Amino acid sequence: MDFGSINPVLLIASLMVASTPILLAAIGELVVERSGVLNLGVEGMMIVGAVTGFIVTVETQSPALGFIAGALGATLLSLVFGVLTQVFLSNQVATGLGLTLFGLGISALMGQEYAQLRTPTSPRWEFFGLDELPVIGPIAFNQHPLVYLSLILVIFVWWFLKTTRSGMILRAVGENHDAAHALGYSVIGTRFAAIAFGGACAGLGGAFLSLVIVPQWTDGMTAGRGWIALAIVVFASWKAGRVLLGAYLFGGISVLQLNLQAAGIAIPVELLSMSPYLITILVLVIISSGRASASGQAPASLGRAFHASG
Amino acid sequence: MIRLEKRAAPSRIWAYLTPVVAVLATMVAGGALFALLGTDPWQAIRTIFWDPIFGEFAFYYRGQLLVKAGPLILIAVGLALGFKAGIWNIGAEGQYIIGAICGAAVGLAFYPMEARWLIFPLMVIAGAIGGFLWAMIPGILRTRFNTNEILVSLLLVYVAEQILAWMALGPLRNPEGAGFPGSRNLRNYESAANTELFAGTGMHWGVVAALIAVIFAYILLSRHLTGFHIRLTGESPRAARFAGVNPTRLVLFCLGVSGALAGLAGLFEVAGPSGQISIDFNVGYGFTAIIVAFLGRLHPVGILLAGLLMALTYIGGEAAQATLGLPAAAIQAFQGMLLFFLLGFDVLTNFRVRFGARAAA
Amino acid sequence: MTTPLLQVEGLTKAYPGVIANDDVGFSIGKGTVHALLGENGAGKSTLVKMVYGLVRSDQGEMRFDGEVFSPASPHEARSTGIAMVFQHFSLFDALDVAENVALGMEDPPPMRTLARQIQDVSESYGLPLNPDRLVGDLSAGERQRVEIIRCLLQDPKLLIMDEPTSVLTPQEVEILFQTLRKLQSEGTSILYISHKLEEIRTLCDAATILRLGKVVGSADPKVTSARDLAAMMVGEELKVPAARDHSLGDVALRVDGLSVASPGAFGTSLKEISLELRKGEVLGVGGVAGNGQDELLGVLSGEIKSPAAAILLDEKPVGQLGPVERRALGLLAAPEERLGHAAAPDMSLSENAALSGWLRKGMVNRNIVDWKKARNFASEVISTFDVRTPGTEVPARALSGGNLQKFVVGREILQSPEVLVVNQPTWGVDASAAAAIRQALLDLAAAGAAVLVISQDLDELMEISTTFAALNEGRLSKVRPAQGLTIDEIGMMMGGAHGMEVAS
Repeated sequence: MDFGSINPVLLIASLMVASTPILLAAIGELVVERSGVLNLGVEGMMIVGAVTGFIVTVETQSPALGFIAGALGATLLSLVFGVLTQVFLSNQVATGLGLTLFGLGISALMGQEYAQLRTPTSPRWEFFGLDELPVIGPIAFNQHPLVYLSLILVIFVWWFLKTTRSGMILRAVGENHDAAHALGYSVIGTRFAAIAFGGACAGLGGAFLSLVIVPQWTDGMTAGRGWIALAIVVFASWKAGRVLLGAYLFGGISVLQLNLQAAGIAIPVELLSMSPYLITILVLVIISSGRASASGQAPASLGRAFHASG
Repeated sequence: MIRLEKRAAPSRIWAYLTPVVAVLATMVAGGALFALLGTDPWQAIRTIFWDPIFGEFAFYYRGQLLVKAGPLILIAVGLALGFKAGIWNIGAEGQYIIGAICGAAVGLAFYPMEARWLIFPLMVIAGAIGGFLWAMIPGILRTRFNTNEILVSLLLVYVAEQILAWMALGPLRNPEGAGFPGSRNLRNYESAANTELFAGTGMHWGVVAALIAVIFAYILLSRHLTGFHIRLTGESPRAARFAGVNPTRLVLFCLGVSGALAGLAGLFEVAGPSGQISIDFNVGYGFTAIIVAFLGRLHPVGILLAGLLMALTYIGGEAAQATLGLPAAAIQAFQGMLLFFLLGFDVLTNFRVRFGARAAA
Repeated sequence: MTTPLLQVEGLTKAYPGVIANDDVGFSIGKGTVHALLGENGAGKSTLVKMVYGLVRSDQGEMRFDGEVFSPASPHEARSTGIAMVFQHFSLFDALDVAENVALGMEDPPPMRTLARQIQDVSESYGLPLNPDRLVGDLSAGERQRVEIIRCLLQDPKLLIMDEPTSVLTPQEVEILFQTLRKLQSEGTSILYISHKLEEIRTLCDAATILRLGKVVGSADPKVTSARDLAAMMVGEELKVPAARDHSLGDVALRVDGLSVASPGAFGTSLKEISLELRKGEVLGVGGVAGNGQDELLGVLSGEIKSPAAAILLDEKPVGQLGPVERRALGLLAAPEERLGHAAAPDMSLSENAALSGWLRKGMVNRNIVDWKKARNFASEVISTFDVRTPGTEVPARALSGGNLQKFVVGREILQSPEVLVVNQPTWGVDASAAAAIRQALLDLAAAGAAVLVISQDLDELMEISTTFAALNEGRLSKVRPAQGLTIDEIGMMMGGAHGMEVAS
């Protein structure tokens, strides 16, 4: 056993990388849920994003195009969810589950011939040598562009929901869709936009997984990250800043347990591998039991179908 | 522009018709998908849906039908109870794994003693209890701490998979297995084997259990007070509370029953068709059962039919893989598509669709 | 003669199976208060939704200030100069007052400016309101102020008010009327929708009366008697239920120092409630919506548990018992919300009959439900209470509001309760059905049951109550004999003007 091999600076730098897919998916789902829609298909959208991103990168040799394709692929899938739940008024829980099952199947189908391939790595940003700085360098100035983008997205979502009129309308739709409709706002339009945004974010997260973290395509490679993203939204009480905290907490645990595995600690590998899921459950329990009285924090129309009568 | 008008009462005709329409639509869309993959769509559909029952090698496939349908029906019946009440256990895959591990562990503990009358029933009980307890985790967290059961039950699947790996590599590994992962094969251990009851039919104790579960669930939902309360809670939680339904007890009941049934399915699988605890023991029955439950309209008899149909797609998919080179994952995508079409067409049960200009905003 | 502000001609709107508005026409003059009078289901809501751009008409024409006007959306209506205060508020609980106001405006100023404007307007109209508070924490009266201020900030030419007084105490109504008169004097026209005749006679300059989607007359309410207006509105003379003289028996239900926290995030907690209900008594509990009515029903029905001895039924503590056990002892309840609380919308009437009736009607034997008995009981309710339905197997939501209300109240009455608690028994019900329900409650009391009626309709309570009390912010006033109470006294029991002030 050798704890000395665990370098805290690299740990932080790599937890930021490991957290990014979940952070992206969670910040997207946060917007979706704030608009009153519960999309349980995050896992499915992520994996579709992962496979489309991977395929396009292999075919074009351009990671940038791959990321765009990953986002688009997942958005397309999210729109299926949108049509079913918003137009055909299907049950959101069932449809979200369907999205995940379908996503896992279609991605395995699409990725079949790409399983053993590798993609060109996308360069990191190095900020004119600032990355050479001790401690802060590797953490703040030597990351993949998407790590920065994910952080910018968190700030953007926070700003959007808090200060813009569109953000206010989105919250209003999620809070009371009948009243929003009565005031003349388009409930379905707003929700479609939110669903598409959530899809794009999840797809980007999936593509980051298959293009940067692993980087390879394997069936079911998201391994529950989409579900953890959903849990993080609950953990975050639907607040953007706390999503960042939750995602990094989870990423930290995953990276730490991998490091511990590598260090050969005397804990069974399986126990270490299941620890991120167990800790997620534990955190969910703590958060939800503490909120027994103020259940009003979840958007009031969350998961309810909207049909304009009259 | 398409417009939806809410029906005064749900259409009975469409309630029965939507699964059929959804299956047909999936065949069309699936055919298109296969065509895209360079396979003759007509032949693919025929290979999947027709040949396993009526084709040349049907004698082989027919037996497989019950083998695959058994666990799907057993799990889906349990899930449907919860789904009807708005309680979402989507971690049946995990309960299935834990049931199999518990049942197999009990059986292996007796090895090589021969006492079928004792060992097999004990395994069945252990399997049910294992699944039950695993489902009680989300149940108790939900009722005690108000924690979302969807997320917890699902996350526990990943935990169960790790336990499975640990068991296959560690405590349950076959000591005579030359170091290969995986337990002893229970099929070779007479007192623990879930044998085929009639040769060539695929009928084993798990299928019997599935049929019993269907009958019990049918009576429960149509005649029993608890079944009435389950339906009431799903229709309107507040009205259920007014009626005097105890939500805590109902959540625990639904999760417990579905967990126990999933655990049973796991036990029957590990003692029979699969034979051993191995790393890749679980093949996703717990997730496919969700589709089966919806396709069967959460009705026990419907689930029986849907389970058979879904089993057919599994077997047909395998056949198509062998004869047409269709990728295995195609069937999974196909099943997902089926769920989409089903959920989409469901709108017809409660709404009338009008075409033409929109008169009202 | 000057051009009217709003002129409506031949407006028709049909929904599947029903013509909501049939060739409706009327006009509103500038600076006048115009009443739209009619029963529930007369088509008032559809009509104003068309004016506000929420619904497009099938036929007909509207003119606003002489210009042809057909708003495609509320945005268009608002920018033309129309503002509306909704009956069921179009507010967002988790958003603050300023955000709620901004959402109802076309071009809201920056939030900080808006907050100041809200303060200015609320002061000049005597409607105090803090722009930073969460709307979910406000009382019903305060919530209405948010809606009104949202309208006032847009300087509307026409203000539509849909049943605005149903959530106000008599004192608050008086203040609202002064606000409206001030607006009128500033030149704003008001379209005032109500079925309360006295209000209309005090406030309005003209009235259009709707019945079953058609205009059946117009009148000057200042000179037309309430009786004549009622006759036009209902289309027939109404039988007023007669309270019978009967003596009161022993105490059937005693509530003693009951305090319970509301289960909902934005609910009202009950504080120190005490009351005695005798056999044969009808206790009317008045109060503005959102002052603990739902919680009071829930705590009595058993949906909300309380300390055991806080509720005594025949002197036995029942506070810890659930709804089924209380039913076994004869304590029955009928909640306000018909669909989704008293009845499950998509379940059949016989299933809904079993929902609360299975125990006392012996429908369950060894946990097996006898659906034939459920059907029989449903038929009994349907025939006794004249519920209009094609049969017992139609889903509850297929019934009209009034018929379903007769069904759910009848379902409890026919189980011969010792104590019956009802919340808003005639809410949204047409006049003849309402009269039938009230009569049934009086008959039940005459037969020796104790009845507690929670309602926001003071006229109704005065008509049937032996004793009266009011809920105000979760507290119950002293119980007083109903006879001889004045409207002012009732208003004070309901909490007076809830901190509102008269507009200067």
